[in-house]
Amino acid sequence: MSAIATSEKVMAHHEAGRARISHGGFDRAFRAASLGCALLVLLVLVGILGATLWGGWPAFREFGILGFITGTRWNVGAEQFGAWPAIAGTLASAAIALVAGVPISLGISVFLTQLARGWMRRPIATAVELLAAVPSIIYGMWGLFVFAPLVAAFVQVPLNAVVEGLPLVGTLLYSRVPSGTGIFTAGIILALMIIPFIASVTRDMLDQIPPVLRESAFGIGCTTWEVVRHVLLPHAGVSIIGAVMLGLGRALGETMAVTFVIGNANRLSPSIFDPGSTIASRIANEFNEAAGLQLSALSALGCILFLVTFAVLILARLLIARVKRI
Amino acid sequence: MPDVAVPNAAAPAEWGRVRPGRRAADRVLRAFSVCVSAIGVLALGSILGMLLFRGLSALGPGVFTTVTPGPGSQDGGLANAIAGSLVLTAIGIAVATPIGLLAGTYLAEYGRGSRLAVSIRFVNDVLLSAPSILIGLFVYTLMVAPFGTYSGWAGGAALAIIAIPVIVRTTEDMLSLVPATLREAGAALGAPPSRVITLVTWRAARAGIVTGIVLATARIAGETAPLLFTALNNNFWFAGNLVGGVSNLPVTIYQFALSPYGNWQELAWAGALLITAAVLILSVVARHVIRKDAVR
Repeated sequence: MSAIATSEKVMAHHEAGRARISHGGFDRAFRAASLGCALLVLLVLVGILGATLWGGWPAFREFGILGFITGTRWNVGAEQFGAWPAIAGTLASAAIALVAGVPISLGISVFLTQLARGWMRRPIATAVELLAAVPSIIYGMWGLFVFAPLVAAFVQVPLNAVVEGLPLVGTLLYSRVPSGTGIFTAGIILALMIIPFIASVTRDMLDQIPPVLRESAFGIGCTTWEVVRHVLLPHAGVSIIGAVMLGLGRALGETMAVTFVIGNANRLSPSIFDPGSTIASRIANEFNEAAGLQLSALSALGCILFLVTFAVLILARLLIARVKRI
Repeated sequence: MPDVAVPNAAAPAEWGRVRPGRRAADRVLRAFSVCVSAIGVLALGSILGMLLFRGLSALGPGVFTTVTPGPGSQDGGLANAIAGSLVLTAIGIAVATPIGLLAGTYLAEYGRGSRLAVSIRFVNDVLLSAPSILIGLFVYTLMVAPFGTYSGWAGGAALAIIAIPVIVRTTEDMLSLVPATLREAGAALGAPPSRVITLVTWRAARAGIVTGIVLATARIAGETAPLLFTALNNNFWFAGNLVGGVSNLPVTIYQFALSPYGNWQELAWAGALLITAAVLILSVVARHVIRKDAVR
């Protein structure tokens, strides 16, 4: 009895007191460490902007910010660097990706939420999600070795025969060298890569819509199309635009897959089937061999890519977040 | 799923009264949805088929035992590239795990709805889809240009920056699923917040947090763009201190696939198969754990 009481007294004197002091110190350190790590996330964002701006400053100063953006010549020998061909290639391939990818993504999410039977849903959803996990370099290889020959044989050659000599479409859709690589192929590969992201966000949105809305629409005799068009789409509305912007953000910055299939031409070509380049592919291609002003111009390209992509991604997150809160 | 069965069951009785235009629109939508879903599945099938077809034939024991061949030399393997990739991914995850875990903990346990936490959460979500090549540029400016040499540490850091947002996001999500009563019970026993977090909430969310780390590993294992100007690549064993280029699988695949040499291209296919298999297995495992967690 007395032995227990004694040991309790000892513990009360030493252990508890010491523990409290060390707890207090550990507690503050732990809190500070987690705050520090969280701030590190902010720092990365600032760091990327700072690094690209700092690296690109000489190029911006040499050509002027507007002059650099609108300059159409990229000539390493003459130290003449203009960003427009790469910017135009980035925008064109991303636009093609959206035009091809958005309807497919919406179709997949409608299929998965409205049409698929129970047993089909899981495997198809998994397959689409795994498309997001495939590394981008694998898309590049697939695009170059499997998809590009198909584009050359079944799109470029027949299309050339049709559009040759026609005004406007004759330049826009005519490929001088039907090799399969070019801005169009890059855009389609990008479409495939952004489908999982758009589809999964849209699917979540459609799943969140109260079932009673759909059921009442079906109850008054609506077809599936009418339910999708008049009930689900208006309800999901803004967030679908957010999902599309998310996909756009991905498409603008994608590097390896594009580098494989876009053809890496420095000049801007009027046809979407001709080789071109994007900001990311230009950086990936030239950065390691670049020096001096070229290095700076590539950093400046990175800075432009940063501003455009992050503006798009921020808009996307705002649109998606707004709907989630409702 | 009775809500799906309703329109189908009602269709035959009603079919005759539906105007042709409405019926056509409906059929077009259905056919379109089925077709595009098939496209998605076929694309994945085609990619995997290509990898198996070209990769399996190129895969032999030599791939794992010999180093990457120089230009024009025969045979060769991927041993140094595979080892380099494992090292870089390990560095990336080793750096990203504590940072991501603590940052996610701050958002879920300390910051919650504060203005700072909201903005960090937002920035983290944006970083989740940030172009990986920009992270490569950032790390180049930070860790390669000042030292004048490429290094495995820079490559690992670039991968860590890509992994951190993934870990932050899953950690926060998983911690916010832990019931508040558990934390209150811990606090009622007199435990300070740090003890409650490390001994109660982290343990309760352990499976989910580990899943996030596995997903992050899958994400960075195949990343190529950030390694181009940080770890670089070469055809021999890297130095023990990782200074100078560190050979790695993704950049090796990139260089070999676009090369004119037959044996290089074969090796690129073998490497592509290995890396895709690793990434897909990791993601499937992670998904499986998440699903089991959600059911429980």
